[in-house]
Amino acid sequence: MADEKKIGVYICSDCGIGEALGVEELEKVATSEFKVPVCKKHPFLCSREGVQVIKDDINNGEVNKIVIAACSPRVNNDVFDFDPLKNVVERVNLREQIVWTQPSDEESREAGQMMAADYLRMGITRAEKSEVPEPKIADVNRTVLVVGGGVTGLTAALEASQTGYKTVLIEKTAELGGWAKKMYRVFPSKPPFAELEEPTIGAKIEAAGNDKNITIHTGTTISSIEGGPGEYKVTIDRNGTAEAFDAGSIILAAGWRPYDAGKLDHLGYGKFKNVVTNLEMEELVTKGNGKVARPSDGKAAKNVVFMQCAGQRDKDHVPYCSTVCCNVSLKQAKYVRESDPDAGAFIIYKDMRTMGLYENFYKSAQDDEGIFLTKGEILGIEEASDGSLHVEVDNLLLGRKMKVQADMVVLATGMVSSMVPEDKGVNNLTPEYIGNMVKKETEDGEIEALEPDSLILNLKYRQGPEMPHHKWGFPDSHFICFPYETRRTGIYSAGAVRHPMDAVQSTADATGAALKAIQCLELTAQGRAVHPRTWDRTYPEIRMESCTQCRRCTVECPFGAYDETDDGTPLEFPSRCRRCGVCMGACPQRVISFKDYSVDMISAVLKAIEVPDEGTFILGFVCENDAYPAFDMMGLNRMNLNPNIRLIPLRCLGGLNLVWIADALSKGIDGILLLGCKYGDDYQCHYVKGSQMANERLGKVQETLDRLMLEAERVEQVQLSISEWERLPAIIEDFTKKIDDIGENPYKGF
Amino acid sequence: MSVENILIVGGGISGITAAVEAAEVGYNTILVETNPYLGGRVAQLNKYFPKLCPPYCGLEMNFRRIKPNPRITVYTMTQVEEVSGDEGNYTVRLKVSPRYVNEKCTACNACAEACPVETSNDFNFGMDRTKAIHLPHEMAYPMRYVVDRDVCTDSSCDKCVKACKYDAIDLGMKPETVEITVGSVVYATGWKPYDAAKMDNLGFGRMKNVITNMMMERLASPNGPTGGKILRPSDNKEVKKVVFVQCAGSRDENHLNYCSAICCMASLKQATYIREQYPDSKVVVAYIDLRTPGKYEDFLNRVQDDDNIQLIKGKVAKIEEDPGTGGVIITAEDVEGGKKIYEKADMVVLATGMVPSVTENASLQFEENGFILAGKSSGVCSTGVAKRPSDVTSSIQDATGAALKSIQSLVRS
Repeated sequence: MADEKKIGVYICSDCGIGEALGVEELEKVATSEFKVPVCKKHPFLCSREGVQVIKDDINNGEVNKIVIAACSPRVNNDVFDFDPLKNVVERVNLREQIVWTQPSDEESREAGQMMAADYLRMGITRAEKSEVPEPKIADVNRTVLVVGGGVTGLTAALEASQTGYKTVLIEKTAELGGWAKKMYRVFPSKPPFAELEEPTIGAKIEAAGNDKNITIHTGTTISSIEGGPGEYKVTIDRNGTAEAFDAGSIILAAGWRPYDAGKLDHLGYGKFKNVVTNLEMEELVTKGNGKVARPSDGKAAKNVVFMQCAGQRDKDHVPYCSTVCCNVSLKQAKYVRESDPDAGAFIIYKDMRTMGLYENFYKSAQDDEGIFLTKGEILGIEEASDGSLHVEVDNLLLGRKMKVQADMVVLATGMVSSMVPEDKGVNNLTPEYIGNMVKKETEDGEIEALEPDSLILNLKYRQGPEMPHHKWGFPDSHFICFPYETRRTGIYSAGAVRHPMDAVQSTADATGAALKAIQCLELTAQGRAVHPRTWDRTYPEIRMESCTQCRRCTVECPFGAYDETDDGTPLEFPSRCRRCGVCMGACPQRVISFKDYSVDMISAVLKAIEVPDEGTFILGFVCENDAYPAFDMMGLNRMNLNPNIRLIPLRCLGGLNLVWIADALSKGIDGILLLGCKYGDDYQCHYVKGSQMANERLGKVQETLDRLMLEAERVEQVQLSISEWERLPAIIEDFTKKIDDIGENPYKGF
Repeated sequence: MSVENILIVGGGISGITAAVEAAEVGYNTILVETNPYLGGRVAQLNKYFPKLCPPYCGLEMNFRRIKPNPRITVYTMTQVEEVSGDEGNYTVRLKVSPRYVNEKCTACNACAEACPVETSNDFNFGMDRTKAIHLPHEMAYPMRYVVDRDVCTDSSCDKCVKACKYDAIDLGMKPETVEITVGSVVYATGWKPYDAAKMDNLGFGRMKNVITNMMMERLASPNGPTGGKILRPSDNKEVKKVVFVQCAGSRDENHLNYCSAICCMASLKQATYIREQYPDSKVVVAYIDLRTPGKYEDFLNRVQDDDNIQLIKGKVAKIEEDPGTGGVIITAEDVEGGKKIYEKADMVVLATGMVPSVTENASLQFEENGFILAGKSSGVCSTGVAKRPSDVTSSIQDATGAALKSIQSLVRS
């Protein structure tokens, strides 16, 4: 910004601020300590008149960095909105976190005044160190690459096309349609949810084939993908020929494969010809044009037993439920009945899972006297000389064992994500990246390291060629609230590759993924981050001359935003970046900065605090998404907050840089509390790995503290969710007591 | 291209998602909600399954996305009165009910302190009381008070107006009609709990200690009527034994012909609330089928590992009051054991199902249970539980897709 930096401080005296705090003293902090050119107080700053005061100063060229000391930055955002590309706006939270948390006695008033003065110092310092963003406006390729030509991939391509975007659809096999094409009939998708329906996949294949926006490559695999959102370079192998093209975003719709029934020999598979899987049943019925004939001799099947959860819900095979198999078996029981009205089907289940409106489909089967259903287990299967099967069933509803004679047994086998390599089981995959542990020679001797497998995408990313998985080979996502947000920006997974789901769900999922893929292109084109910080037009900038090639940033970024050269120099891909600042926290050289967020800035902010000479004084680094609002809730509930704490919100706790710990302790601050989101399998961190990274970094804090000859216990991380504001007083109390026991920071007063 | 506005009817998690996702592609979205706040049902939940994380976390992030985005317009306390026109160009009449509190409100609470009238708190299903002027809940967006004018006992009372220093309360506020033009409409009108009183044998309404699963969410919430302590309503006693009755209305041709899709996971989740709060407590869940699809199986396994949670396949026949203890006696059929069982408990939680909120609307087609099949014209679609019973994450997936469908309407016309 060529403009001179002109700070204006605006202090509101409303909402009890004027009564609780000495506003004139705060003005003095701004004018005497910081010599800001403009400092005004207003009795009702968020009123039209109040906002006009600020607008006038901006329009007159008097200010371009606006510090508003009033309410929480979480409210009145629409009111205090002054062109973020021209003006820096910094909010100082006097109301929620000071006035509303401090009692009105004289001592508390004084403490509140000290808090307010500090937060004003911190706010002005932050504004001084902030610049307006200069968005990286990229020339974006607006083609969506869809990987997988089954129902999910076809839907995603068609939906993107109907929104006006070009797509390239890649299918590994020779033809489109995936498993959906192998279905004789499909289970009901519309009311009354009782009748089998003709498959619609043919129409989809035709529509995609006729769509000028869609380029289809069958018999094609991906050789490599380089770049980032808006600028992917894709190389494919098309029936042995290499081709290359550009794409802007990617939908991973690689689907599923059936669980290997060969592992289910206890259920007779592979031993007895008339034991088949549910997929083989589809093939058989399709081939017989609706007739169910047993494989051993082609005889019409009169009695068919369906064994549900053939492998699923079993920790030795497929630990999860495959969601679709109950409906699939109901459908196939109907094949049996339609093939021969005298034939019977017997479904043995653990629980019938016909969710939602599919209940009517279940009911229609229950109403059919030729379909028997029971909760039970198969105890054993024997083959008679004519190929028939004797199935011993423990009928849990009747409470007795029974023998059933069957022409065929259909095993309702489950779905395994296509992310899982053929030679691996879902329950013994390496964590985070699917691959193998291999022994490697390094300078420090032999180590065991993970070598990730190349499976589908073949990303030329430093962190590995595929999407990190969460469990069982399903790509990691911000499951529940933001299910499309994966750990590879611009790459969205959809369909059964990421969760067992039926064709109806896959179709809906593909449509959502198409939106996200398109949205990513449009946000990237404006130089904005994608979820969650879509308002953010900054990006990390590296002072490369000071980089020591330590690789921390390239290793720790939760989204794999950096690649690196052979010598370890980071290669930036701003469009992959989610602006969480984890790399900034990781960097020991402090070379990674955003225009409005940097290591230097936070150091300066904490140095602006006036640490009292006496009494235990705590600094809190808090996640701005969850812990910070929890402090606001304390205020809203008028809970008392220990005034000997100052909070610095971080975009993510993973942005914590250890230098701040050293800075704070050198300054005489007695203890440092890190409040961030839950990490681990059920992580709540909006940046997936951020709070976990902070914790790992904390493991190395002893080194920093040893240099200062201080105790590691002075720094503690607590996992806190947004709704746990009730816990905060005790957390702060307990930590303060602990620090009291350790004793005062010897650097205090230096 | 036609009008670049999309109307989203319903400000629950599905509606919020559709509005934010479409706006972040670059379209103007108008989000209309009947409550005085956004968030719908999820705002009332203590935790989500299976992560046991607070819904406020995701709502806060969505609000952070809404606040700086000039493309999103939010109307609360607003009904859609009429939609006319066709894909690409609909005229919509909105009726905005008076909030009696304007944008000058600073949420300082002085009005509530002055207000002399207490009324039943709907947000907590009547389990506590609130002032006639109140903030609906801590994370309400917009963060603004609202007056329940129907309960103001004295129409001339203006204590709140006098207590407000900001000129934020206007008891003379009138309903307003707003007309907008949009190119497409998404109905994300969500659900309401099935009326548990309709199941006479389960005793809801007659026995205080028979509550619904949504009431349980409020009882367990830190900002609920008991501050998050799970106490039985009749006498505020701690609960040592709780029975969950699954399919309370769902999968029952006398009530709801469908499965509500979420209640198994919800009850298993709530069983963990009780077990966490009271280590010596016991929980019984009586179910028809345990429906924990997909990856949720993991959560079922975790719950099954707790010896103090008993899962019984069986249908509860009746619930009676235990006059001696104030508790309840449950008669159920244990299907696997083939016998009747009797359980005494401190409290019963009915896993009541989901009923679509909107079952009549001239611009929509419904299936027989009242879920919205589609719009009558191609620019109208439905999403979330308004469309079919589903959990939060499936609703969000579906709403993201609905956002694309609504954009396609604009592109097409």
